[in-house]
Amino acid sequence: MGGQTGLRDDFLSGARVVAPVLIGVLPFALIAGVVAVRLGLSPLAASGLSVLIFAGASQLAAIQLIHDGAPLLIILITVFFINLRFTMYSASIAPHFRGARARTKAMLGYLLTDQAYVLGLYGFSDRPALARRIAFYLGVALPLWLCWQVATVVGAVAGSRLPESWGLEFGIPLTFMAMVVPSITDRATGAAALVGGALAVAGHALPWNLGLILGALAGIATGMLVSTLAGDKAST
Amino acid sequence: MNAEPLGTTMLWFTIAAAGLLTFVLRWSFIAMIDSLEMPSGVRRALRFVPAAVLSAIIGPAVVVQNGAVDLSPDNLRLIAALVAAVVAWRTRSIFYTIATGMLALWGLTALVNIG
Repeated sequence: MGGQTGLRDDFLSGARVVAPVLIGVLPFALIAGVVAVRLGLSPLAASGLSVLIFAGASQLAAIQLIHDGAPLLIILITVFFINLRFTMYSASIAPHFRGARARTKAMLGYLLTDQAYVLGLYGFSDRPALARRIAFYLGVALPLWLCWQVATVVGAVAGSRLPESWGLEFGIPLTFMAMVVPSITDRATGAAALVGGALAVAGHALPWNLGLILGALAGIATGMLVSTLAGDKAST
Repeated sequence: MNAEPLGTTMLWFTIAAAGLLTFVLRWSFIAMIDSLEMPSGVRRALRFVPAAVLSAIIGPAVVVQNGAVDLSPDNLRLIAALVAAVVAWRTRSIFYTIATGMLALWGLTALVNIG
């Protein structure tokens, strides 16, 4: 394998894996567009925000803060903490992109989202060649990007005509739930998930989304502790 | 509504700065990886990133309602999420998980509204 057809197959495999996830992402992206316009941004600014930031939760927070007239520094600090988890994704996925060209790496980084990270990672194990991994990752990440951008514009233009009572934003935690299950493979990863979730709930009222980061770090620490106690030898 | 709260220039500067910041966070380790040897401790820690981070996102989204932790059966999202968790566990299908979770939420909401 490894020719153009092989890479196209890898891209399509990625696209197949991400297809159901798009259903969950769509309403969230619509909401990001709707909220932006409701809080006073033009559809153009809403779309620019979506392309430049491309991260749902931080977009919503930034829109709210801009609306409230918060100083730039506060907006940046908020965005920083909400998106700090991306550095963990980046560190985790980076070894799989070793050897890629600098420009390719910049593009892969720009496309890194919760979904692209986890689904990409799951597809890397049986793809030893760098080109195949990149093709699979792009198959996951590009439809996500396209879906996000189109839906934000639709949301911004359609604005308030979308019904709020459907609870469609619930699709996002459901998507994450489906994605977290394959990551729980033993007692240590189970403990990491449990502590991560519980601490994030406990810290939900902390400013700047700190609950999420604290929960994540505590979950990781717990996972390491449990695997050490279990005498886990070669779990790199 | 075109009355943007900030001036247009400042608005775009803010958006661009937030975008650049987000990009740097994502790009960070991918950019450095070829000139970076990951210590084995870090590699061990990274194994737990998906489980810990995704759960930290799911937890508050399901349990926190209107700014407060709600573990009672009145929290329909919690019940719908538990149903979806079972489906996720059994089927390992993203589609069935989302479909069941949404149907459960809508069904429960309808029941509560009738009763």
